[in-house]
Amino acid sequence: MKTLARYLSLYAAMWRNSVTREMSFKLNFVLWIVVELLWFALQLVFMSVLYSHTDSIAGWSKWEVVMLVGCSNFIQQLFTAFFLTNLTDISEHIRTGKLDFMLLLPVNTRFLVSLRKVDLGSYINSACALAVMAYAAWRLDFTPTALQAAGFAVMALAGLTVHYSLMFLLVTTSFWTVRAQGVVYGYYNLFNIARLPDSAFPRGAFKAFFTFGLPMLLVSNVPVKVLLGKLGSPWEMVLLAGMAAACLGVSELVWRWSLRHYTSASS
Amino acid sequence: MTKYLHVLSIGVQNTLVYRVNFLFRAAFGLIPLMGTLYVWRAIYAGKADGGQIGAYTLSGMVSYYLLVNFVDALTAVAEDDWQIAADIKDGNISQFLLKPIDYLAYRLCLYLSGRAIYTSVALVPVALFTYFLRADFMWPTDAGTAGLFLLSVLMAGLIQFFLAYTLALLAFWVLDVSTFIFIQFAFEYLASGHLLPLDILPTWLAQMLKLTPYPYLCWFPVSVYLGRVTGPELWTGLAIQAAWVAAGYALARHVWARGIRKYSAVGG
Repeated sequence: MKTLARYLSLYAAMWRNSVTREMSFKLNFVLWIVVELLWFALQLVFMSVLYSHTDSIAGWSKWEVVMLVGCSNFIQQLFTAFFLTNLTDISEHIRTGKLDFMLLLPVNTRFLVSLRKVDLGSYINSACALAVMAYAAWRLDFTPTALQAAGFAVMALAGLTVHYSLMFLLVTTSFWTVRAQGVVYGYYNLFNIARLPDSAFPRGAFKAFFTFGLPMLLVSNVPVKVLLGKLGSPWEMVLLAGMAAACLGVSELVWRWSLRHYTSASS
Repeated sequence: MTKYLHVLSIGVQNTLVYRVNFLFRAAFGLIPLMGTLYVWRAIYAGKADGGQIGAYTLSGMVSYYLLVNFVDALTAVAEDDWQIAADIKDGNISQFLLKPIDYLAYRLCLYLSGRAIYTSVALVPVALFTYFLRADFMWPTDAGTAGLFLLSVLMAGLIQFFLAYTLALLAFWVLDVSTFIFIQFAFEYLASGHLLPLDILPTWLAQMLKLTPYPYLCWFPVSVYLGRVTGPELWTGLAIQAAWVAAGYALARHVWARGIRKYSAVGG
């Protein structure tokens, strides 16, 4: 309990620092929100044009897909709010030797490198994504039960864990490759398939890989299906939760192993 | 002229360093493309046999996206705009003002050599991917069409470059141009036909977008290839595209002339 309180107060301090930092570039802060909203709008335009030519894509109606795009964006923005900048900074910490300093601090290093900076604009963007989901629910004339809403929250958290763990795992490779930029760019491409309805993908290597390997077809599909009561079987929930736990576990093992073999960059 | 050949060869050597990076970039870039194509397949599967969307059959649609990917590899600006903005901010352009070398021509050489290397590396995964989809890939109807397609891609590349160059020159006036570049890019993604073929958008939107230079960056060359524009429409299109090249050049020169007056050579 005491440790938890300590970490919470640490996170509060990081929040304060981030607010101070962001507010020194106010215009930039607003413009970044605009950039993200534009991309979100583009995804919605894409889907609405598709649905002007068809009524259903692999069993998904228009507003269900809007829900899916909203959910995918919600999870992605939360990921950005908490982790993205921190994770991309890790390879920089390794390259410059700043990691040594962090290892010496009396806190869990993974906590520190994962959550140091808070991306405030992304909270606003994730709220926008939720608003779009709410609008889609209204168009579907649908009110979730408390159980469905809770299931959605838990599954979205699992999805967030998958993104975080996989990206963390990829960035850990920069202990060897030094520059992880390509990796980060590559991961960004994966977000693109997370917002597509999973049933559009035929059984095969592609679908298997993005379900059991890098579970992109689960991260936002399962939460939405739980919410809308569209699940094929309850096992899908177990699968996503299991994959999230597995990704987190593997990333922790690799992280510890890498630290043990870390020989510092400078000094 | 020889000095620009030197710049070209330096550009080639510099970008060759990033060949593995390029390979990953091109290969990873295929993942979202595959996702999009699966969704299109699902849509066509829901239609009656031989169903069309707009004027596109499934093969037409698959070819459209493959060609967009191809034109993108040939013409997209990679780091050019960031580097130009950084040159201005760090005061690096001072040396170009003192030497008998034209900054725009210098930049154009670097852009061309960068694209040449990127395309030759990206060709490997893109060709493999196209081979997998060969059943749906349409070849140009005749050599003339192929030639005009390449001409159109070349002009698209020039418009793309002038656009990025001009946008990067905003660094003369503002501290951080990256948000402007990203906002412009988001708009370009829709208006150039990258996201969707423009002729399946609502007509009013497509008509509006066609008044901008964006369709000539991607949608127009691809349509030339697919034989979707022919006859007088083709020649008018090429003329408009050439006009946009000229306008882009004039704008780039003009903004540079204005910017240089504002320039204070920070950092020397």
